[in-house]
Amino acid sequence: MIFLYAFLVGGAICAIGQLLIDLTPLTPAHVLTVLVVAGGVLSGLGMYGPLVEWSGAGASVPITSFGHQLVQGALQEKATAGLYGVMGGIFDLTSSGITAAIVFGFFCALIFDPKG
Amino acid sequence: MKARKKVGLQSMVFSRPVAILSSAACVGPLEGAGPLQGSFDVVYPDLLIGAKSWEAAETTMIKEAVEIALGKGSLSTQSVDYLLAGDLLNQCIAANFAARDLGIPMLGLYGACSTMAESAGLGAVLIDGGFAQYTVAAASSHNATSERQYRYPTEYGGQRPPYSQHTVTAAGALLLSNGLHCQSPMPRITHFTVGKVCDLGIKDPFDMGSAMAPAAADTLLRHFADLALAADHYDLVVTGDLAYVGHAILKELLHQSNLDLGSRLNDCGLMIYDRHEQPVFAGGSGCGSSAAVLCGYLLDMLSSYTIKRLLLVGTGALLSPVTYQQGETIPCVAHAVAIEMCHDHLADEELR
Repeated sequence: MIFLYAFLVGGAICAIGQLLIDLTPLTPAHVLTVLVVAGGVLSGLGMYGPLVEWSGAGASVPITSFGHQLVQGALQEKATAGLYGVMGGIFDLTSSGITAAIVFGFFCALIFDPKG
Repeated sequence: MKARKKVGLQSMVFSRPVAILSSAACVGPLEGAGPLQGSFDVVYPDLLIGAKSWEAAETTMIKEAVEIALGKGSLSTQSVDYLLAGDLLNQCIAANFAARDLGIPMLGLYGACSTMAESAGLGAVLIDGGFAQYTVAAASSHNATSERQYRYPTEYGGQRPPYSQHTVTAAGALLLSNGLHCQSPMPRITHFTVGKVCDLGIKDPFDMGSAMAPAAADTLLRHFADLALAADHYDLVVTGDLAYVGHAILKELLHQSNLDLGSRLNDCGLMIYDRHEQPVFAGGSGCGSSAAVLCGYLLDMLSSYTIKRLLLVGTGALLSPVTYQQGETIPCVAHAVAIEMCHDHLADEELR
């Protein structure tokens, strides 16, 4: 059943992104930012965590989950280190994702040439 | 003193129509495989053309177009008085870098995609004014250089809306001369109408056809009014790169102003590609669109008497990446060049 939920939730998030590109003058970079912020806001309101539990990869793979992890990292660190922890904790959970993007990006740029 | 060679508000009439001695069109692989294949002098197998960057490839392309046109006219670069050329890149680097190698006195032009009509018109002005015996008018655009400058780098893989256009990879060059002693008929530039910059408030940089159509209509109506021409005067009226969306808007605008050109009206951006078979969305755009179609297919049509009179309306969207990121609208311009298959009327009289 989780496969169906993952399909529905992941598909809905992507459909929202596609509609934002098709129906508004927003650029792909704007849409990315909107989705990250939306994930962060939903996470702060306590709604994104249950969504990940319910639909698995449907909510954890789309870029909204990046906003969710930014907020959760900050909140966790705040619980242990207080207000200053918010600053330090923001990239706690997302650091592996960011590092992977940089490392894989680096190697792809080394190996491949764009062909137009 | 009244300007002798100016008629109406924005048009020039050349006292001795300026001869197009030769022309050359060099295109990329997609253009070479399109409906106009066979009308181009060179079709490159890939976009990089053996250069180390897209920009260097575009420079190679426009330089080769100029050299081929000169070769066909049996002229060396030293015999040419002025080169008038431009492209879409910042600081017109493709044309300027080509001019560095060619060594012809250079006037760099920027009229966005209207550059071919602008350079042809101004090249003719220099000759008819007696300032030059030979001029070369040229323009180029390259899909990958334009994508990088105006939209997204190819690696980014950004989605395009269906009304967007595909920048043509092509360069065209015309060798112009007074051709005074040529008795045989040849394509000659007879009139040049300079357009005003129009802006109807389009902001979307993918929707250039809609942005440019009002400028094309304005210049076309002005040309027909200035010269008091009937709608059927030209066998073919072609715009530069309005493509599917802009072409439909232009037809509607002309219809509202009671200038019905019917099937005489076409667009280079529609002619150069097969929109249904090739991945170009609404059609072609860029200086190369009108440059390659004029310097290849259209001049062939004139030379073979398939058509006798042609009006080329180069259409340019004068946006920059800075202006659209700052939310500015897109100003546009269109210039019209009339080309007729004829011989030098005055030469006949002189001979008598």
